[in-house]
Amino acid sequence: MAFVLHVPQAPEDQGSREPSPCEESEESELHFSFHQLIQEQSRGPGEDRLELPPRAPGPGAAGAAASHHQALQAPEPAAHSPATLRILASMPSRTIGRSRGAIISQFYNRTVRLRRRDSRPALRGLGRSARPSLRLYDLELDATALAEEEKRVLLVKELQGLPLAQRGHMLRGMPLSLAEKRCLREETRAPRRSRGRPGPLACCSRLRYACALALHDLGLALLAGLQALAPWHYALKRIGGQFGSSVLSYFLFLKTLLAFNVLLLLPLLAFLVGVQTAFPPAPRGPRPAFTGLELLTGGGCFTDTVMYYGHYSNGTLNQPCAGPPDGGQCAPEAASLPYNMPLAYLFTTGTAFFITCLTLVYSMSHSFGESYRVGSTLGAHAITVFCSWDHKVTQKWASRLQHDNIRTQLKELLAEWQLQGGRQSLCGRLRRAALLALVWLLCLGITLGCTVAVYTFSEHLIESPVRADREAALLALPLVVCLLNLGAPYLFRGLAALERHDSPVLEVYVAVCRNLILKMVTLGILCYHWLGRRVATLQGQCWEDFVGQELYRLTVLDFLFALLDTLCGELGWRLISERLGRGKPEFDIARNVLELIHGQTLAWLGVLFSPLLPAVQMVKLLLLFYVKKTSLLANCQAPRRPWLASHMSTVFISLLCFPSFLGAAIFLCYAVWQVKPSSLCGPFRGLDSMYEAGKVWVRRLERAGPRVSWLPWVHRYLVENTFPVYLLSALLLAIIYLNIQVVKGQREVISLLKEQISNEGEDKIFLINKLHSVCERKERSGAGRTQEVAVPPAGPADHREA
Amino acid sequence: MGNKQTVFTHEQLEEYQDCTFFTRKEIMRLFYRYQDLAPQLVPLDYTSCPDVKVPYELIGTMPELKDNPFRQRIAQVFSEDGDGHMTLDNFLDMFSVMSEMAPRDLKAYYAFKIYDFNNDDYICMWDLEQTVTKLTRGELSAEEVSLVCEKVLDEADGDHDGRLSLEDFQNMILRAPDFLSTFHIRI
Repeated sequence: MAFVLHVPQAPEDQGSREPSPCEESEESELHFSFHQLIQEQSRGPGEDRLELPPRAPGPGAAGAAASHHQALQAPEPAAHSPATLRILASMPSRTIGRSRGAIISQFYNRTVRLRRRDSRPALRGLGRSARPSLRLYDLELDATALAEEEKRVLLVKELQGLPLAQRGHMLRGMPLSLAEKRCLREETRAPRRSRGRPGPLACCSRLRYACALALHDLGLALLAGLQALAPWHYALKRIGGQFGSSVLSYFLFLKTLLAFNVLLLLPLLAFLVGVQTAFPPAPRGPRPAFTGLELLTGGGCFTDTVMYYGHYSNGTLNQPCAGPPDGGQCAPEAASLPYNMPLAYLFTTGTAFFITCLTLVYSMSHSFGESYRVGSTLGAHAITVFCSWDHKVTQKWASRLQHDNIRTQLKELLAEWQLQGGRQSLCGRLRRAALLALVWLLCLGITLGCTVAVYTFSEHLIESPVRADREAALLALPLVVCLLNLGAPYLFRGLAALERHDSPVLEVYVAVCRNLILKMVTLGILCYHWLGRRVATLQGQCWEDFVGQELYRLTVLDFLFALLDTLCGELGWRLISERLGRGKPEFDIARNVLELIHGQTLAWLGVLFSPLLPAVQMVKLLLLFYVKKTSLLANCQAPRRPWLASHMSTVFISLLCFPSFLGAAIFLCYAVWQVKPSSLCGPFRGLDSMYEAGKVWVRRLERAGPRVSWLPWVHRYLVENTFPVYLLSALLLAIIYLNIQVVKGQREVISLLKEQISNEGEDKIFLINKLHSVCERKERSGAGRTQEVAVPPAGPADHREA
Repeated sequence: MGNKQTVFTHEQLEEYQDCTFFTRKEIMRLFYRYQDLAPQLVPLDYTSCPDVKVPYELIGTMPELKDNPFRQRIAQVFSEDGDGHMTLDNFLDMFSVMSEMAPRDLKAYYAFKIYDFNNDDYICMWDLEQTVTKLTRGELSAEEVSLVCEKVLDEADGDHDGRLSLEDFQNMILRAPDFLSTFHIRI
């Protein structure tokens, strides 16, 4: 097969070497590796390569090791002739990273594309290739200074056309050195001269530019301020340094919960607590004295305060008086706004929940998008080698532990791969399945037992009501619940030691599942107890206050038991382990996170009946942070098993959203729609349900006149009617289905592209082999000719050889 | 607070702020960390842009880096001449890329350069073996190491040429959600 390979002349060879790299020359050096070649060809300043590794014997040996895989594998690079190597070293793909010109042209392309799509967001996670596109921009194979300068000028011009924020983002994301970025920035900040028309328009654009700069500076100042406020930077650094990303994820989750509570508390403080404190209603009875017990039970002198539902008035505050009450004079400031408290209570709580819901769903989907990718389960070896070293770890012993973990992980991966053929016998599999079923049954049985215990105890408490002077007995039910929540997980852990899972991640998920079921079922029973039974038995009293106080008690006792658990579980265990000579206990991330989720669920359940409960929860979280941190640093060691930190963060946030927040939202909706509020206290006394306050207001609007008639119309046809709900659900289902189809299509495209890359690779190897054979043939023919010349005319035998 | 410091001019601080992921306060904090490494060498006045390089031996003793098996490569990649001796610009660049706010692409690019021990723009078998040896402190046998490297190439090499290019590496990083949290140094 005739194959003509046109080898372009590399201009750099013209000075010192012969034009054609395939021709023979006495001066041509022997290159045995790409590394040496690239060193010669790169145009940087004199580089002292002090600590570079010795010349790699690797590539040759590696080629031999890897070559038995594929049929068309490239032959050892050491076998290539120097000429071939020289050509290969100037391939476009080799210029990446070495040539600034390549990076600059790549970013030029990116900015052009960005500018053409005006309002598209930044290039998050698009993972564009660093290979300069030969089609879009005419890239020569060498990187002479002149070409680079041209590209640079073009890049600067394009950057100037971008809005300021995008420009900053683009500049920061470039893999250039800081000095070069500063030069680029200097050039882009220079205002464009002789481009804009003189006159008012130029003034306008300059003004706009100045405004944009000012806003940008303001944004930066705000960010700096926020970061100064962000507490615990050094604490988190220390924790991450000693224990790694997995334990750090627990503390970051705690921080997230704190943020959620702040979000929840602010509207409540502004619209409920603040207003009611400014216009205090008449006290419902004599105020009892403060004894220390109130901090635990939430009753006593806390009862008739802004802390609980019962304190809030059911009328309009700050109303300008219609006529002189009791014959007295009206207050002169009659021009102030009236404030309808029941409406405010309903809407503020609803809006706070809605905002929390949106934030949760957004952060959950964001987290999900970050951690789950198409094909993310493949490539375990590569991911272990490249992504498992946690660079945050700074202590020697923690670092050593990491080395051990990674070694174990690699060994396990290799063992798993080698064992893939081995299958368990039918008997063994049946035995394992039976064991798993038994353990699950036992765990569910324990859960059922705990539920029945809580139910029986609560019924017993209803039948024998607590006397007014024995308030401490109110703590009985929360105490029982907390004890069961403390003890049952240890039982679960003991049972889980019987079943031996292959994958440690599965173990964690199963443990999380079981604990979650226990906690949610217990809370469910308690909710039934409050809304189903307590409402009936507390008819003549303020049952909402009671429920609020119960939740307060549960929150406080939950915190106390968490302290107890830390003390005994971690400190006690460490003392015992040290006595026995074993290592420190591990920090149980799953159990601690579930406790956090449980506490947050309580806060969400109680918001309707106790608007200040999020504040209590915030104080609890703050104290918990310091206690857990101290205990961790003193008593625990990092988990031995590898832990997928980002997957677990996604799981935590999902658990927070689905059973926890959803349950609280259902509880809230049921309380608002179906339960009759008490007639003695609170903003909804006298109504049939809390929601009726809204309906009353809508009816009043209807009577008010035609100007606001759209709101009652919206209410009647969109909120009370069920048809729009069905329509919305159908629409949502259709959107989800379409998205699933799109993802399927993308998966197919990915596999096609992978095939294409593989084919291109084979083509490349084929061409390299051809190039190599052509050069060899030329060299051999050249060698034959010189031999002919050197040796005086030989016989026909020699001639035939050439 | 920024007006009271005399180390940088206002414009210099703004430049640093725009070109890295740090705020003014963090840049000053980083500068003092840099200065602490070599108090005799690093002047307290950078308004005239002095050309000062802190040698690698001192950089390698920083508490954030001293137990990192890749510290030598990290310093080499970010230093100007590839020898590990870093100027203040290199120092800021290094911690900016390794900070929380750096995007995935940027981190993947530098991670690729770090793992490319022989600087030939490809991660070949030899580079992989070096990486695995450093990761496990030499406690895996040679056979296990080469087995692991083969598996890695099987999984990540798209065009089957026996080595990983930057695209292969980035493709693999996309599938590793943990990368952003592990390739992170908190300073």
